[in-house]
Formats: sequence, structure tokens, C-alpha cells
Amino acid sequence: MSGRFFAAGADRRIAITIFILLAAAVIVPLLNLAVSPTSTFYVPSYIVALTGKYLCYALLALALDLVWGYCGILSLGHGAFFALGGYAMGMYLMRQIGSRGVYGNPILPDFMVFLNYKELPWFWYGFDHFWFAGLMVLAVPGLLAFVFGWFAFRSRVTGVYLSIITQAMTYALLLAFFRNDMGFGGNNGLTDFKDILGFNVQADATRSALFAASAVTLALAVFVTWAIVGSKYGKLLMAVRDAESRTRFLGWRAENVKLFAFTVSAVMAGIAGALYVPQVGIINPGEFEPANSIEVVVWAAVGGRGTIVGPIIGALLVNAGKSWFTGVLPEFWLFALGGLFVAVTLLLPKGIIGMWDSWRGNARALRAASIAEEAGTDADVTPPAKIVRSAATKPGDWSAASPEPQPAE
Amino acid sequence: MSKSNTILYLDGVSVSFDGFRAINSLSLVLDKGEMRAIIGPNGAGKTTMMDIVTGKTRPDEGEVFFDGQVDLTKHDEAEIAMMGIGRKFQKPTVFESHTIEENLMLALKGPRSIFPALFHRRSTAETRQIDDILGIIRLGDKRNELAANLSHGQKQWLEIGMLLAQDPKLLLVDEPVAGMTDAETEETARLLKDIARDHSVIVVEHDMHFVRELGVKVTCLHEGSVLSEGTLDFVSADERVVEVYLGR
Repeated sequence: MSGRFFAAGADRRIAITIFILLAAAVIVPLLNLAVSPTSTFYVPSYIVALTGKYLCYALLALALDLVWGYCGILSLGHGAFFALGGYAMGMYLMRQIGSRGVYGNPILPDFMVFLNYKELPWFWYGFDHFWFAGLMVLAVPGLLAFVFGWFAFRSRVTGVYLSIITQAMTYALLLAFFRNDMGFGGNNGLTDFKDILGFNVQADATRSALFAASAVTLALAVFVTWAIVGSKYGKLLMAVRDAESRTRFLGWRAENVKLFAFTVSAVMAGIAGALYVPQVGIINPGEFEPANSIEVVVWAAVGGRGTIVGPIIGALLVNAGKSWFTGVLPEFWLFALGGLFVAVTLLLPKGIIGMWDSWRGNARALRAASIAEEAGTDADVTPPAKIVRSAATKPGDWSAASPEPQPAE
Repeated sequence: MSKSNTILYLDGVSVSFDGFRAINSLSLVLDKGEMRAIIGPNGAGKTTMMDIVTGKTRPDEGEVFFDGQVDLTKHDEAEIAMMGIGRKFQKPTVFESHTIEENLMLALKGPRSIFPALFHRRSTAETRQIDDILGIIRLGDKRNELAANLSHGQKQWLEIGMLLAQDPKLLLVDEPVAGMTDAETEETARLLKDIARDHSVIVVEHDMHFVRELGVKVTCLHEGSVLSEGTLDFVSADERVVEVYLGR
């Protein structure tokens, strides 16, 4: 019976996560907007914006975990997909400024006037429509991931080599977006946003709505990831991670299996970027920084690779830690982050979620043992021992739900 | 030599790695429904031959035909697997983080594209097939256990079960009894003989007792080509075979 209970445990955890996110999407905006600022329950606007930003990071970490935790593809360039989604949203927000810019040009964004652009570059067409920008948020990262993955996986680039070329990809984009004549605002990026869908991006109500949108999107992404991972395709994804050649000799095209996950993951990262930009009010080439992508890997590792809830917890905790730490000891943050990664790798190879699970597993075994002992006081001595043993072998059951992460290839 | 009525036809196949000739104008013909045992000392090219047949390695020269007409050198691993060639590796390779049942489910014959897999619901026919195979490989009571928890011999069996689920025409079985007890070895010989009734099978094995138990035609490879071929008694009486195995 406990086995069945535990088998349902993983799904229950997903349900609880989705519930918490949806509840937060309602409660946090309410506490910000409807409660008076003097009340103890009041959530200040900066907290709303900050946690909204963290939720976008959590979505990015979840996207990375889909390919890293479940398929063994250690992407060190997921920040690029995040930034591309962010740029697509940023372009929409720039077009919404209209003639309210410093130079008052109704068509051209300020930086284009400044750089002597005569007319709008062709790739800025359509971004005055939200639906078009929304489509590009999905299409641009998705297409890049598809083309990149198509070549990389077909050529059977794996392991460290793949990680290096994903890193090179984000670095190349960083350099490209730094150039002024790329037409994306160069070094300064896109900023000074005014409206989104006609609402002032600075307003508390808009901030709350963006927070709610981030929370709901994350909840949806948790559900989608859970559905993917639980399907036959999801089993195949893990099979490719564990024994790629075996899947090939069974007739599966491992490159297509990877390509699908990589593309879905890039689209999720793009959505995260698009939600992030209006909340922080700027997007610049710094988002393509390789270090950013590596930080995402740290979040996923800290929370628990190869689980759905882990990367979310990791992203939230590490970023909350970062906000606190950079306030107290700003110079030491990078050392702390590096130390954290080393510590997690050495001490918690399965992350926070893995530690929690094994702690629960041990507690369960102990409890089963004590129950068995009580029950066995008037019975034979052997039954308790038998029950204890069966309880102790139970960890096999829960690790079925959260597959054991393999060391990075 | 005619290709018709053969399941596997290799003629003059050679392949070299960095100047080392792993396979040297190898010719081997397997009739439909035949079971063949391949023996040979280490480095004789047994595994390389399997790599060539399954599309992992391209031969430098020579012909490789499946089922009399399909040129295997023009296809890759997944295509060849879909045509009906199943392969068991030397080291048992199963999906350790999945249960026995899930392992078989992934191997089960059927569409091999992403979207059907994404929306796949297990049918009763599939469940029945899995039950049948679990019965054959005697892992029915462990169906919900992780493959990682199986013993070495049980993993070998699971991998053979995955081959069966694939329902291939030709099975290439590399060292199926490595690391098995005598009883398990006997059991495996029985299992393979069973399978050979309606499949063509190539078994690579070092264990001579096991090969004797199979009681089929034997091919001895040495330095990438066929040294001797015939019954086990004939082959083991061949002076060149004795020389190769015992050293000069």
C-alpha cells in the first residue's frame, strides 16, 4: 500500500506545485493592490516585481532541466533562447513608445534616430502588433534551436563538445547583438518602455498582472513538462540519456528525440525571456553572457536535476540568495555561487529534491520499523525484521518516479 | 553464390581502422531461418562484423545484403533496425532507470516517430505482447522493478526480450551467456533454440559448452576472415583452428 501511495507521490508533488503557483497568481496581486500599504499583509510592489522575475528564471531553469536532466544534453547556451524571446518582446515594447520617445519620432525608436537610421529595418516590421511579437517569442528561439539541434544532433555531437558549441552559440550572439548596426540597440539594448497592451508597464496593476502571467505560465509549463516526461516519448528521452546506442538499434532516431526536446525547451526559455523583459524594463546583450547560461545550470543542479520541481526551487532559492547576498557582500557573490555549485555537486548530487526524497525514504523506513516492532511485540520476532527489510528496499519505488541523474557527459 | 533465399549475405567485406584491417575480405552467408554460431579469438572481428551489419560501421569494400536484396551499406542504424535486424550487445545494455515493462514497451514493434510516442496509450494488444515476452524471459514477477536492480544474467535476458519485442527477422546476439551461471547458460541455450524456430539468429560466443548445446553450424573467424566453417566437431578438429586458439 505504501508503494502505491509513494508512486502517486510524484504526481501529487506536481499537483501541489501547480496549485501553489496558481494561488500565488491570485493572492500576491491581491495583497499588493487591495490591501492598504500599512497592513502587515501588504506585499510591496518591488517584491512583486522581484518575485515575478524569479518566476521567469524558474521557467528558464525548468526548460533547461527538460534537456539536461531528462535527456543528458548539458546546454550552456540556454540564456540565448531566453534573451531572444526577451528581445522579441522588447521590440514590441519599443514600437509601443511611439512618438513619446526623446526624439519624438513616431516610427523609429530613439536609438535608430540617434544612429541616423532613415527607415525602420525590415525585421522590425510587424512588431507593433502584440500577436506578431508573441509569435516571434515562440518562433525565433524555436527555429534557432531546431536548426542548431538539427546539425548538432545529426552529426552526433554529444557531451562536452555539445556543451562547448552551445556556449559558443550564445557568445556569438552576444558579440552580434553588441554591434550597433545589427539594429537591436547595440550595447544599450532596448529600454525606456512605456506601455504593454495599452497599460503602463510601471503601474502597480500591470506589474501584478505580469506577475500573475508569469506564475500561470510557469504552472502551465510544469504541467506540459510533466505530461511530456510521463509519456512514452518521455521514457524514450530518458532512454536516450542512459543508452543512446540501444535506442538506435531498436529503431528510434535518437537525433529526432533530442531535437524535439531541445526545441520545446528553447521555446519555453523564449517565453520566460518575454515575460522577464517587461518586468525588469530592459533587455541588452548582457543577457547573452555565457556566465548567465552557466548560472541556470547551477539553479537546476541545486534544486535537483532530472526532477520537475527541483529546478524551480533551485532558481527561486539561488536568486533569493543572490538578492540578499549582493546586498550584504556584493563582491563575494560569485565566490558564493561557485562554492555553492561545488558544495552541491559534492554533497547533494541529486540536489535539494533528492536530499528531501532520501530523507523521506529513511524516515519512512524508520517509521515502518518502529510500527513493525510495536506490532511484533506479541508475535514472532521474525515478521518485524521482514517488514523492515521490505521497507528499506522501498527507495527503488520512489527513484522510479524521479530517475537517477547521470553524471554530466 | 546466389543471394536469393539468404537472410544475410556478406561478400568480400573489408574494413580497416587507422591501417589495421579489422575485417579482411570476409564472406559469410546465412540462410533464412538458420541459426549460426560464430567463434574466434579476441580481435577476430566478430563485433566489427556485427557493427557492419547493423550500420554502425561502413565497410571500405564488399557487399552486405539483407533478405537477398537490401543493400545494408546504404542505411543507418535506425533504418536497419526497422527492417528487422535486432542486436544484443556484448555488455548487456538496457534502460536502467526504467522498469522491465517500460524497457519492453520502448522496444515493442510499432511506429518510431516522436508524435505517436508523445500521445501513445498502451493498447491491450501491447500489454498482451509484453506479458508474453515477460513469460518467455521469466521476468514476469519483476515487471515493475527497475532494470538497474536486475542481476547481470537477468539483464542479458531482458535485452533478449527487448529483441523479441522488436520482432526482427534476424537477431545478432553478442555473447549472451557472459557472466551467467551454468544453469542460466543452459536456460539461455534453450531460449535461443526456441527463438531460432521462427527467426534467423547469429550468436557470437566464447563458451564452447554453450555452442555445443546450440548444436548448429559454426563459423570460426580469425584476423577478420573466415578460418573454418562446419559442425562444431569439424571446426574444432581443424588444425588451423586449434593453432589459432592454442597459439603456435
